[in-house]
Amino acid sequence: MNRNKLITLNPTKEIDWVACHTLFRKEVARFVKVWLQTILAPVVTSLLYLVVFGHVLEGRIEVFPGVSYVEFLIPGLLMMSVIQNAFANTSSSMIQSKVMGNIIFILLPPFSALEMFLAYIAAAIVRGLAVGVGVFLLAILYVQVPIENIFVVIVFAILGSYSMGALGLIAGMWAEKFDQIAAFQSFLIVPLTFLSGVFYSIKSLPPFWAELSKYNPFLYMIDGFRYGFFGQSDQPVLLSLLIMLIATIVLTIICVAILASGYKLRDS
Amino acid sequence: MNSSLADAISVGGLSKRYGDLQALKKIDFEIPRGEFFGLLGPNGAGKSTLINILAGLIKPSSGKAEILGADVQKDYRQARRNLGIVPQEVVIDSFFTVRETLQFQSGYFGIKNNDVWINNLLGELGLTDKADVNMRRLSGGMKRRVLIAQALVHRPPVIVLDEPTAGVDVDLRESMWRFIQHLNGEGHTVVLTTHYLEEAEQLCDRIAIINKGEVIALESKQNLLARGLGSTLLIRAAHSIETIPSELKNRITRLEDNELELAIHREKDSIMDILDRLRGAAMRIEYVSVLSDNLQDVFVQLTGEQSRDDKSAEES
Repeated sequence: MNRNKLITLNPTKEIDWVACHTLFRKEVARFVKVWLQTILAPVVTSLLYLVVFGHVLEGRIEVFPGVSYVEFLIPGLLMMSVIQNAFANTSSSMIQSKVMGNIIFILLPPFSALEMFLAYIAAAIVRGLAVGVGVFLLAILYVQVPIENIFVVIVFAILGSYSMGALGLIAGMWAEKFDQIAAFQSFLIVPLTFLSGVFYSIKSLPPFWAELSKYNPFLYMIDGFRYGFFGQSDQPVLLSLLIMLIATIVLTIICVAILASGYKLRDS
Repeated sequence: MNSSLADAISVGGLSKRYGDLQALKKIDFEIPRGEFFGLLGPNGAGKSTLINILAGLIKPSSGKAEILGADVQKDYRQARRNLGIVPQEVVIDSFFTVRETLQFQSGYFGIKNNDVWINNLLGELGLTDKADVNMRRLSGGMKRRVLIAQALVHRPPVIVLDEPTAGVDVDLRESMWRFIQHLNGEGHTVVLTTHYLEEAEQLCDRIAIINKGEVIALESKQNLLARGLGSTLLIRAAHSIETIPSELKNRITRLEDNELELAIHREKDSIMDILDRLRGAAMRIEYVSVLSDNLQDVFVQLTGEQSRDDKSAEES
């Protein structure tokens, strides 16, 4: 093997940033063109949760000292919107392209697996954050929420949407029909999100369920994100950060390996 | 291989197996640069498998394929930059306009600010007035034009057109071929698969016929046409034809009033003998002509021969 070959094995040297950026722009344009469905609808859904649960439970529960239930609820709903929409962006784009056949426009150009991954994930983060910002801007009209550490909020929002975008990409590559994506969402993403402390603190659960919840990785996304708002959380924020970093690294490796293998995209 | 010397396409020992089905059986051929090459074969012959291997959409079971010296597996980035493919199936991304579609496709190949060439493509393919129309609003023929533009947007030196004129009206077909011939004249290598054999006969320098995963013929168009052993003998009589010798009746391909067409074998039959027999049946012959095979006749003959050979091999 000669020296040049060794140099080109460095993945960052091989990245065609124009190609990667173009695919990212296309993925963003795809959801912006249908913003009513991809941005506004999830914002409205989250606000409905906020109004209904906030109205019913306000004054009855104090989860953290000095934090009202509605205040507690807002970061959970925000993160739920962020991660569900990041998942929806990659999974729906991939399954639609496969079913409609236009995935060929991505498969014929000289994309590397890493370029494709970065473009899809970056677009998923943008969609997740766009919905999150939308929910936040309307939620603060309803109740003022403190932000203890904006840096933690941003880091967890990005890590959450990154990892869920990667999970959506895996689901999109694996699925052959739309209903398989719906099943993935209904039987995995939604239950894990709802059982991760969006609406409650796991400290309020019976010991068995509280212990079981610690094995739900979604708990650490939402708990760490909530720490950024209140400076208090169910789990140590560094533990949440560590788990999120491990999750993003593992999901990145799996995703890039699947893309490189061409699994269910190219005939082997 | 030095890419400056390499053939446009080089295929060596290329095989593809799907379970029990051997879609390609160790095929070998080269297409020199600048050629207009026809790839013909009946449905299921292996043409699309071959094209998909060149495109990197299918991994071969064994053997190798190169585009301008770049291996489609090991050096896939360069191989794909060298290649533009017009897929057989009309697919669109219904989110975008024609111009957006072409701009994105250009960017996927790492090309920015390609608007001059994109405008040129739009003009050549009659799409200028549709540039800002959403893809889903286009007719089938228009969508196919966009597919052609997408394949050409990165100015690939090798262009593969997989059934590009299926369902396309005559006007577009002619203007499209003029443009493709122009690109071929500028040095682009063109590989065409088509069911319209007259197109291949009209356009291609060399033709390969694939059947059941094997290349059964690979020759210049002239040589391939010369391989046709069948011909048609056209006879015009001075009167309405009513009596034909019984030994010639199974050769009749057309009989209309005073015109008769008979199928003849170029090597086995004597035209003089046939004419003598007709005269013997009181026919007054006014005019005689021999019509040579066209590509379709040769194609049917070659693919038919292979089927008969396979059948007799199975029976024995």
